Amino acid sequence: MSVFAVSDLSLRFGGVQAIGELSFSVNQGEVFAIIGPNGAGKTSVLNVITRVFDPSYGRVVFEGQDITRLPRHRVVHSGIARTFQNIELFEGGTVLDNLLLGRHRFGHGNFFAQWLWTPAVRDAEAASRARVEDVIELLDLMPHRNSPVAGLPYGVRKIVELARALVTEPRLLLLDEPASGLNPEETRELAFWIGDIQKDLGITVIMVEHDMSLVCETADRVLCMNMGQLLALGKPGEVQANPDVITAYLGA
Amino acid sequence: MSPALAQWLQLTINGMAIGAIYALVALGLVLTYKATEVLNFAHGDVLMASSFVGWGLIVGLGWPFWLAALATVLFAGLFSWQLDARIMRRIVGQPQFAGVMLTIAMAFMLRGLVSMSFGPESRTYPTPWSGQTTRLAGLVVNDLSLAIVAAALLITLALFWFLKKTALGISIQAASQNQLAAYLSGIRVKRISSLVWGISGGIAAVCGLLLAPIALVDIGLWIVMLKALAAVVLGGFGSVPGAILGGLLLGVIEQFSGVYLPDGFKDAMAYLVLIGVLILWPRGLLGEAHGRRV
Amino acid sequence: MRFSYDTNYRDAHALLRYLPGRLAYVLLLAALLIAPWVMPKYVVGELSYVFIMCIVSLGLMVLVGYTGQVSLGHSAFIAIGAYTHTWLLAQGTPLLASMLMAAGFTGLLGLVIGLPAIRVSGLYLAMVTLAFAILTEHVIGHWKSVTGGFGGLAVGSPVLFGQDLSKLQYFYYLCLALLVLVLLGLLNLLRAKTGRAFMGVRDSEAAAYSLGIWVAGYKVLAFVVSAVVTGLGGALLAHHVGFLTPEGFGLILSLELVLMVTIGGLGSLRGAILGAILISMLPTFISRIKPLLPEQIAKQFGLETFVFGLVLAVFVLFEPKGLNGRWIKFKTFLETFPLYRQDMFKRGKSYMKSERYK
Repeated sequence: MSVFAVSDLSLRFGGVQAIGELSFSVNQGEVFAIIGPNGAGKTSVLNVITRVFDPSYGRVVFEGQDITRLPRHRVVHSGIARTFQNIELFEGGTVLDNLLLGRHRFGHGNFFAQWLWTPAVRDAEAASRARVEDVIELLDLMPHRNSPVAGLPYGVRKIVELARALVTEPRLLLLDEPASGLNPEETRELAFWIGDIQKDLGITVIMVEHDMSLVCETADRVLCMNMGQLLALGKPGEVQANPDVITAYLGA
Repeated sequence: MSPALAQWLQLTINGMAIGAIYALVALGLVLTYKATEVLNFAHGDVLMASSFVGWGLIVGLGWPFWLAALATVLFAGLFSWQLDARIMRRIVGQPQFAGVMLTIAMAFMLRGLVSMSFGPESRTYPTPWSGQTTRLAGLVVNDLSLAIVAAALLITLALFWFLKKTALGISIQAASQNQLAAYLSGIRVKRISSLVWGISGGIAAVCGLLLAPIALVDIGLWIVMLKALAAVVLGGFGSVPGAILGGLLLGVIEQFSGVYLPDGFKDAMAYLVLIGVLILWPRGLLGEAHGRRV
Repeated sequence: MRFSYDTNYRDAHALLRYLPGRLAYVLLLAALLIAPWVMPKYVVGELSYVFIMCIVSLGLMVLVGYTGQVSLGHSAFIAIGAYTHTWLLAQGTPLLASMLMAAGFTGLLGLVIGLPAIRVSGLYLAMVTLAFAILTEHVIGHWKSVTGGFGGLAVGSPVLFGQDLSKLQYFYYLCLALLVLVLLGLLNLLRAKTGRAFMGVRDSEAAAYSLGIWVAGYKVLAFVVSAVVTGLGGALLAHHVGFLTPEGFGLILSLELVLMVTIGGLGSLRGAILGAILISMLPTFISRIKPLLPEQIAKQFGLETFVFGLVLAVFVLFEPKGLNGRWIKFKTFLETFPLYRQDMFKRGKSYMKSERYK
């Protein structure tokens, strides 16, 4: 059952057509992977969905709601969260600070109450912390809870970013190259977690990825893009065997 | 010609003369910004210090003007070179704010040193053009102003030729666009940055030497840097031709607002322009756009 | 490293968790309260000035240290707070109301400056705020009917509930009380949702947007909060100096403020206070040691400017985390003794990342 759909999406940067009349839909609870060579427009698709860019044409619909022109900071309120290709963590804080920021959309305490640190504010903070701890346990971040994010190893930082997205209680999760920079062991763990996210949390996942082993292991369907256009769409095995995909991206 | 047109032309010429100074100071600012991405808040103080050094050589030691000017320019260039090589280089990699803070610190130190060495009185010194005027098409022009415009023209042309036609100049452009790639291409980036700072310091010295006879050799000379900042913004931040254009335009704008706008606007005009441009048209006239890939 | 043995979440975000900290601050407060009765008069006056500077520094820290918005023009807010308060007092407004209204009006102007700050950031914002400060000085100088222009404006005495507070000790307590209130309020605000959002805007706007933070709104809010606190400090400063002139609120004051927050350590309220103490006491310190310096150096003015520059340069080069950084390093040294390692806080080498394409 389709819960997310992109129709006739186009994005131009001056003379460059980053995305050209792209259409696809994603079903509830599936893991949908987008692959393709660099510059194919994969991250641009995510950026359009999360409103970093305005599309030149086309629509994005999630859970029956047209989100094509949503203000950028309202996207997460619709239930969509994302991670970034180049990690965008809050470098000045600890892991906990980063994750607590993920709870921002669940507003707590009005502005003036915060100056006074009323019991209501205090309790709201404690409640946030409790929810954040659930995600910390899920992703095994306990030893890093109070560590400043700046000093952590790359693999852990990626997980923190994933955790921060989960803390917003999304129904659709957009992952931008989650396995880039991870060693094989970390990639296997990531595959397990994506599986957990899908099955236990029931979150739909759209994943831009280059690591084909991860894609084949976790994805239900795969979309291959090239030069902003849709090249192939189907199950991982089908797309991998598609001759156009092999020519453009995978190599014989 | 009609009196109105004559007044317009007079204002424009006056404006260009002042604007030439703004343009030159702005040029120095843009150069260091392009090389090291630091806005050099000490630029005005190098300018000011150069005028004091010039005074010291001309009046104190009795040197002829050209010799003193040459010595001052070399001294300022050397000083700025060392400033970058010894001090600014240490904070490479830190956020831009650190660089700004360090130049502000240098500015304070320079100002304090000059104050302590020379005392608070204003002075002046004679130049080959002082007190002389020329008649141009029925208008009176200060010879000193002509000298300023000529100097600005010469320096700008020399710089353009240097940046576009020499290997060293092209290396400077490369280093300013992508430092890491420049390193990997064998360009001695650090040395080049210091060279650019040295050139910028030399230009500041020229400005100081030519401006001081008009505005007096005084600590307050450094404030011209703030006007130059407005010029850089007007012309488009990061653009060398923009700095020149912005400077000239700013000079003219100031002259006209002094006559046609109520009292007090003339001094504030530069800052109004700066704020206005940054809010309404951040790219300025010839500037570069900026955005970040996520 | 002190390990956290919190057993409930409320302890985790408490301000003073452990007894030694609580004790230390209680002692400090006690010392400050009895100071007017035991210290010589000029020290009390000096301390009042330090408290006022602390308030203003806290205001700037919220904007620069926590939200990452550069402002080189905060002297404008001090001036607006001071002049507005003085004008309101002259109209017969009661003291506290006048102060609050002055702070509020300054906050309104913070809104005006904050709006363009949405589109303008980093170096450009620094320049806009710089120009704003110069323009404010200019406007104050020329608006003679309200501000007395360059001739200056006399400030009325602060009278609270019939008591004339211009007496040294009373004014001291007024400043101390306001400082404590502002400090506590900000400590609360910054550990709550708003403070976290500020830091989010500072560290990564892209991530902040993706988490539902209305970046533009929070930038403006930071300016307003900063302006309100700074304006309050300005109102107090008006009483301290007694006679307002535009030159007293110029660019140099702005730069002094920036020095306070930078040397103090960006991103911490403790840093704002430490920086304010250092910078506001520096002139006194310099005039103290002048007799000890060789005749040549001490004679000319300009020594102060030079020392300011020197101190700033030293901190930028050798201790970018400021006084607060030193404090934390020293505290860690004491806590982990004798296991403190020399390179515990070492920074890595990095290449210049172009901030132009940001």
